[in-house]
Amino acid sequence: MSSEARGPDAPSAAAAVVPRPGFRMPAIPARYLSSGFITLILVVGQYFFDIIGGYERLLLALGTAILVELVLSRLLRGSWPVLLSAYISGNSVAILTKPAGGLLWPFWLGSFLAISSKYVLTYRNRHLWNPTNFSICALLLIAPNSMSVLSHQWGNDKSIVYILLAVGTIVVWRARLLHITASYVLAFVALAGLRAAIFGALPEYAGYSWLTRFTTEIAPLTGAMYMLLIFFMLTDPRTVVGTVRGRILVTVLIALVEFGIRLLPLAPWRGLDLLLTAPPLFALFAVGPIALWRDLRAQAPAR
Amino acid sequence: MVSRPLLLTGTRLVFVGALGFAWWADGTTSRSIATGTADITRYGFVLRDVSAEAGIDFHHEPTRLDPIIANVEPHVAAMGAAISICDVDGDGWQDLYATTSAFGRRNALYRNLRNGRFEDVAERAGLADLNREGEGASMGSVWADLDNDGDQDLYIYKWGYAQLFRNDGALHFTDITEAAGLHRWMNSNSAVWLDYDRDGLLDLYVAGYFPETLDLWHLKTTKIMHDSFEFATNGGHNVLWHNLGPGADGVPHFEDVTAATGCDSTRWTLALAAADFDGDGWQDLYLANDYGPEELFRNVHGERFELASVGLGEDSKSGMSVAVGDARNDGRLGTFVTNISKAGYLFQGNNLRLNLLDHGGGFENVAQGVVADCGWAWGAQFGDLNNDGWQDLFVVNGFISADREQDYWYDMGKVAGGSGNLFADTRNWAPIGGKSLSGYERSRVLLNQAGRTFLDVAAAVGATDEYDGRAIALGDLWNRGVLDVVIANQHGPLLVYRNDVLPERGWIGFHLQGEASNRDAIGAQVTLDFGDYRQAQVVEGGSGFCSQNDLRLHFGIGAATSVKQAVIRWPSGREQVLPSPEPGRLHLVREPQ
Repeated sequence: MSSEARGPDAPSAAAAVVPRPGFRMPAIPARYLSSGFITLILVVGQYFFDIIGGYERLLLALGTAILVELVLSRLLRGSWPVLLSAYISGNSVAILTKPAGGLLWPFWLGSFLAISSKYVLTYRNRHLWNPTNFSICALLLIAPNSMSVLSHQWGNDKSIVYILLAVGTIVVWRARLLHITASYVLAFVALAGLRAAIFGALPEYAGYSWLTRFTTEIAPLTGAMYMLLIFFMLTDPRTVVGTVRGRILVTVLIALVEFGIRLLPLAPWRGLDLLLTAPPLFALFAVGPIALWRDLRAQAPAR
Repeated sequence: MVSRPLLLTGTRLVFVGALGFAWWADGTTSRSIATGTADITRYGFVLRDVSAEAGIDFHHEPTRLDPIIANVEPHVAAMGAAISICDVDGDGWQDLYATTSAFGRRNALYRNLRNGRFEDVAERAGLADLNREGEGASMGSVWADLDNDGDQDLYIYKWGYAQLFRNDGALHFTDITEAAGLHRWMNSNSAVWLDYDRDGLLDLYVAGYFPETLDLWHLKTTKIMHDSFEFATNGGHNVLWHNLGPGADGVPHFEDVTAATGCDSTRWTLALAAADFDGDGWQDLYLANDYGPEELFRNVHGERFELASVGLGEDSKSGMSVAVGDARNDGRLGTFVTNISKAGYLFQGNNLRLNLLDHGGGFENVAQGVVADCGWAWGAQFGDLNNDGWQDLFVVNGFISADREQDYWYDMGKVAGGSGNLFADTRNWAPIGGKSLSGYERSRVLLNQAGRTFLDVAAAVGATDEYDGRAIALGDLWNRGVLDVVIANQHGPLLVYRNDVLPERGWIGFHLQGEASNRDAIGAQVTLDFGDYRQAQVVEGGSGFCSQNDLRLHFGIGAATSVKQAVIRWPSGREQVLPSPEPGRLHLVREPQ
């Protein structure tokens, strides 16, 4: 998820700790807040809801992420990495991966793909995909019979969501990335309203009020998976574009692509229905790298 | 020293290789599925759909509910197809009782004519017209000799008022529900007979699914669904009815001892099993709960139940069915609980749980591969289908088979992922309309590979049905020393698979008759020592999902030509040893006085 890039190799995040006038937060760098946040999610989720489903899964995901980061950083960059990034990636893979039939390979393979994608899928020394987003989407596309995402929904407990919302908002605010989270949420809500209006024209929705349809469409946003999306993946400092306006534009684009994916059930063909398994993740998977590539290309001439 | 560009190229190759590995590994499940035409020599048995030639012509019709929940009616009303195997007329041949649910539609009692055919005698027996407006819709049945008079009585659980029928002989039944004290509205999908206090009289544990406060045909609210997809506790109450024996009117009387014994649950229980899991001589209760974790209520000397902490509480899934069996021939009773799997969306996985209670442990889930993921799995049963000495699994699957091109999984996912009970209100669910939801899923026949793993041989042995399977029951329908298969399909036909097994495979059967124990010996456990193996089975008063197996216990013994011994632990607590019982026949065993 996002905070891979809040490691020491993420200057934009580190530099983002700027206190606001009138209110001073303790001077904790954003990257530590992010890793603390993912740890909070993991501990609370595991304690109350067994979200990992077995500590061997966590061990495999986390161990692989750290090992691959160590090896690839040493071999390809000649330096020892700070492991906060791998720590967050490993945890994220462990939380999001819900494989079939007690399979364990998606955990180590997911972490391997996440970390190695940072070294392999690059443009001008920047990785284009959010590592966890790439890993999860790649596995969903290549191995759909073995893979699903976060089937556990934290008991559908709204109090947990409130806690995550509160802590997550503080974390992205401290990283000066709250505009991304806010613009996504606003875009999602607006587009959910539009979908509700579109569905109102369908005969099977006869008798549904707009508000009821809207409630159905907005429901996913209240789930735990979206907390991970809006506070980590979308706000990954290493995979977002450079300007605030650009970030907002890209975020809205992601919401728009997700909107399109969510309308696929209305299409006369079923070829893309696999995307319905995780619409926001696939939207980010598609839009994020293109936007970053264009941004990097525009920023400086190729070396 | 290797150059960095070369290392990067190598990394890229490994990266592509990892993606290739994912693709390859994704196909490994299909390599545990045997294909090809049914051939008895391949796996030692073959199944043949003989429903039509056996005279079985029964089709389940779902009930229609209050129109205010019409948008999700296919989801809510997706139960009611049930099957029980029982020797109703006491002639030594197993009969079949199947339920339907639509008002005005009739349940069927198929009497075994002993010539390969069955005849529906439900009308004559007064057991057909039980789905009536204002009274409720049948969801399933459990049979047992509740008054120890030598014949099988019937309890039908419903969404509505359950019914208890006394078998008066000659295929005549009397409704004694009110006299017995069992007239109570429940929305129930399971019940099980057990003798929890070992008084020789069978008691009854009934599970509530929807809350009993709801009349699903006359709803005052649309907030009828679960309050969590994982840890819901707003389902119906479960009830333990204690059999007090016959009153002055000669009718068995029951009293509600749920509160006194502490075995209530409101976790949307869908399936029940009763057996002595901890080996203390008292029958425990095992609950498979929808939208929540399984529960084991340990029986404390027949006085009360305690919710056990045995590794079930954290593992929240959608328990649909529970079967009791001994998958590893270790002489211990484990369980198989079905759940939901859908590629890309959800892998809850079935639970094949080994019983480690007598080692100071709990239940260990060892399900993997084809055992874990069968689709939207419903009823399942253990049984040695090819008489090789290992208990196999038959699992029926599929929820709603409608339009093949339209799928409801995405729509359901929208509310399922939400928080704050949005989905408790059916108004917030997108309309199902004609969409399928895990439809057209095939049954699985999981062949036990000597306790190590399972192979899905359904297609290779002739089990090719793709209806919305709900209940499955196993029994020796034609007294041939094999387990035949009967499947009740939701909104579909009742299927009978005749099982033909290689004749060189040995078997032995036990028909137990209690004296101090209840006459059906429900709760009795037989442990058979044969060859190098020891297998345990229990006589059950209901198991799987909405089903009941042949009360007679069937053991395959493979190539073994003799059996060392059979140890029977009767519900009364007595233990009986049968040295070297003869294989190849059914042993009628009466409990020693």
